Amino acid sequence: MTGDLIFYLLAALTILPAFWVVLSPNIVHAGFSLLLTLLGAAGLYAYLGADFVAVTQLMVYVGGVLVLVLFTVMMTRVPRGDRPNRGLDRYVPPALFSLLVFVLLYKVITGTQWAASIEGPAQPTTAEFGANLLTNYLFPFEYVSLVLLAAMVGAAILIREHRTTDDVDTPPVDDEKQNEQEVTS
Amino acid sequence: MSVGLPHFLTVSALLFALGLFAVMKRRNAVGILMGVELMLNAANINFVAFSRYVQHGIDGQILAAFVIVLAAAEAAVALAIVLAMFRNFGTVNADAVQSLKR
Repeated sequence: MTGDLIFYLLAALTILPAFWVVLSPNIVHAGFSLLLTLLGAAGLYAYLGADFVAVTQLMVYVGGVLVLVLFTVMMTRVPRGDRPNRGLDRYVPPALFSLLVFVLLYKVITGTQWAASIEGPAQPTTAEFGANLLTNYLFPFEYVSLVLLAAMVGAAILIREHRTTDDVDTPPVDDEKQNEQEVTS
Repeated sequence: MSVGLPHFLTVSALLFALGLFAVMKRRNAVGILMGVELMLNAANINFVAFSRYVQHGIDGQILAAFVIVLAAAEAAVALAIVLAMFRNFGTVNADAVQSLKR
């Protein structure tokens, strides 16, 4: 069936780059793989009929969070020689533990009788979504906007260059660092 | 077997396990953050899948949207912390940063 094929393609688009996000020694490659994973997840949302969530995922994650992540990665590059050498012992315990978690989850998923059913084809959800946000979910909706404001102010304060009296003797920051500051803000 | 709820839950479980692996393995603070993003996306896929197959409503999708908003806020603050860390310590290696002050 075509629908099943689309699901498997989307699942592959989500999972395969995720492996590279985890395993890539180059953090920039990991960031770009994360882009593909997030796109695949947006496709899965669309497949499930959540069109609004899919577009939100594209705009907020791919357009916002990921750009922020890549900016930070490129601003905080460490010279090659400074990187700690990677040994196999760093991989084995995390791999075993996450494999254990996955097997446990998989056993639960396959062992449970889900009361799953499907009610016809998916309908556009945006109208219902908006109506719910302003009725049933009005308080969380306003509250989350407050959280966003707090996060924005907090990030701006954290990123600010501290200029206290102790710093008078220190030389001024070089141009490159100042440019980084401008990009972040 | 046609695609149903267990398929989505399996994809989500795989994504969650990979995110957990990244959080434990990575030393780069931004890499750890990427693992957290993977785990949040796994949770989101679960929300939307249950909303479609079990609840037949909109609540799961709204919760997924809230998770996306909170993930964006978390990413902004976390990346600001990473940049402050890089400025003060000259590294983004999470193992190397052990003091609250330079």
